[in-house]
Amino acid sequence: MDAYEFINFHLVPGLLLGSIYAIGAIGVTLVFGILRFAHLAHGDMITLGAFLVLGVMALSGLDPWLALPIAMVLSALIAIGIDASCYDYLRKRPRILTVMASLGVALMVRAVVQMGWGTDPTTYATGIVRPTEYFDFILLRDRELATFAVVIALVVGLEAFLRLTRWGRAMRAMSDNPDLARLCGVDTRQVVRLTWVIVGMLCAAAGFLLGINTEVWAMMGWWALLSIFAAAILGGVGRIDGAVLGGLIIGVAEELSVLILPSQYKSATAFAILLLILLVRPRGLLKGKVL
Amino acid sequence: MDPGLLNYLLFIFVLVGIYGLMSLGLNVQWGLAGLFNAGIAGFFAIGAYTSAILTSPEVAGRVGGFGLPILVGWAGAMILSVALAWPIGRVCLRLRSDYLAIATIGVAEIIRLVARSEDWLTGGVRGISGIPRPFGELSYLASQWAYLAIVLTVVVMAYLLIERQLNAPWGRMMRAIRDNEAAAAAMGKRVDKRRLEAFILGSALMGLAGALFVHFNRSITPEAIDPMIVTFLVWIMLILGGSGNNRGALLGALLIWLIWSMSELLTDLLPTEIAIQAKYARMFLIGLALQLVLRFRPEGILAERDPSTLRNEGPR
Repeated sequence: MDAYEFINFHLVPGLLLGSIYAIGAIGVTLVFGILRFAHLAHGDMITLGAFLVLGVMALSGLDPWLALPIAMVLSALIAIGIDASCYDYLRKRPRILTVMASLGVALMVRAVVQMGWGTDPTTYATGIVRPTEYFDFILLRDRELATFAVVIALVVGLEAFLRLTRWGRAMRAMSDNPDLARLCGVDTRQVVRLTWVIVGMLCAAAGFLLGINTEVWAMMGWWALLSIFAAAILGGVGRIDGAVLGGLIIGVAEELSVLILPSQYKSATAFAILLLILLVRPRGLLKGKVL
Repeated sequence: MDPGLLNYLLFIFVLVGIYGLMSLGLNVQWGLAGLFNAGIAGFFAIGAYTSAILTSPEVAGRVGGFGLPILVGWAGAMILSVALAWPIGRVCLRLRSDYLAIATIGVAEIIRLVARSEDWLTGGVRGISGIPRPFGELSYLASQWAYLAIVLTVVVMAYLLIERQLNAPWGRMMRAIRDNEAAAAAMGKRVDKRRLEAFILGSALMGLAGALFVHFNRSITPEAIDPMIVTFLVWIMLILGGSGNNRGALLGALLIWLIWSMSELLTDLLPTEIAIQAKYARMFLIGLALQLVLRFRPEGILAERDPSTLRNEGPR
């Protein structure tokens, strides 16, 4: 196998998948850091996001990329609603109950998607898209370029928000120490709502990007859940840069694994990496929290 | 009584027994040790397939044909479940409980993948059939009764075994660890080891339940059980019945399985297009039921003697 094949059939797809995992992992790591629980419904929220884009397209006739922002807003609102009804009352109880509730939410969201859109896979656009050759070496489709662009924009935008704005600092404060943050005057309820807004938006983006590069079906998010969690934990829980790094590593590892394993075992690769990192360095590569 | 109805009732109660066994296993893991096993279906599947492979007749292109006695199949099911639980437990139990949830989800998913893909081991999508059933040579109704008797015996034995352990120093130590880990550790209790024991014991019971199911059904395919539904049903059986409480676990199994079966009967009566929607509506309702129980009666119907454990802020 030569460099051309390696880069175009393994590395680039790996980075593409990895960047989508990174968006999912950022959401997971935000919930881990600020709300301090494993958001098991994340995968199905991603699925919901992908289908929301389909719904917006059907209702408005918009191009999928234009429908995305609307779907992101809807997803944010739904996330806040789910938190208010399913997680809020568990805030004072042992955290593991919230994890349990999130598993229930996953099931409910998935059931709603299946009731609304059925279980057959669909796509945003039909037809085969041929990749263009860049620099005589790299093959990229337009949608793949656009995916990378969107991911970079989201990551840069989020980092800027967290570092430069007051609310971003409030979120980071709550991630570090909620009690101290409250003492400093941070309105933790608002921060929680803000977190869910961001998580909802990221889920919609991840779902759309995953769907446009592969296909849209009811189990898409659940299947990605393991890889996304592995990415978040690999990079270091609570760290955005960790989530991005972890996502890219897991994505590339999964695409490379087809060289040795049959392709359906891609998530087994993520699982193996997860167990390995929990065994050897539970704080992750960039030293997040173990919580 | 109409034989069809009697047969159906026997079928229901055998499954109540099998789910009851899984609830007992989960109770050891969650009710006693506070471990969140979100991959119950994985251990169930491992037990099912192990017993199937060990006892079914030879088929070309697939490992098998050992034709071992049924009890060996069941023992094998439990051993393999333990063999799976041990490494997962060793890696995850010393970390926070969320990580165990993720790891067990992963385990269940991968087992399902293997079951569907590895034709040489599990028969792939076709699965394994021709699995022997104890007292299978009797008339149909008689063998159903016989199987019900077997399942009930196993459940009663498991129940007595666990109750005995609960009332022994081991049980008190487990509750001490669950209620206040720091204090228990300060008193010198080996917290990780005890948790691993609980995890393994629970997993063995789940594997056994899988084996019981497979010999009842006489065949197993990857689609025979929906892993999410099995895992979720057992969870809600335990939470609703009363976690930390063996009788609660069994009561929950009975109630939830009856409700689940009746809802299936009702949706089967609907016209086909709505029937498919109805299937997802049922899944939605289980998820909702869990939320409601967690909100309004987290200790379940048969509360453990001290229900305050689930209402107050835990140590973590």
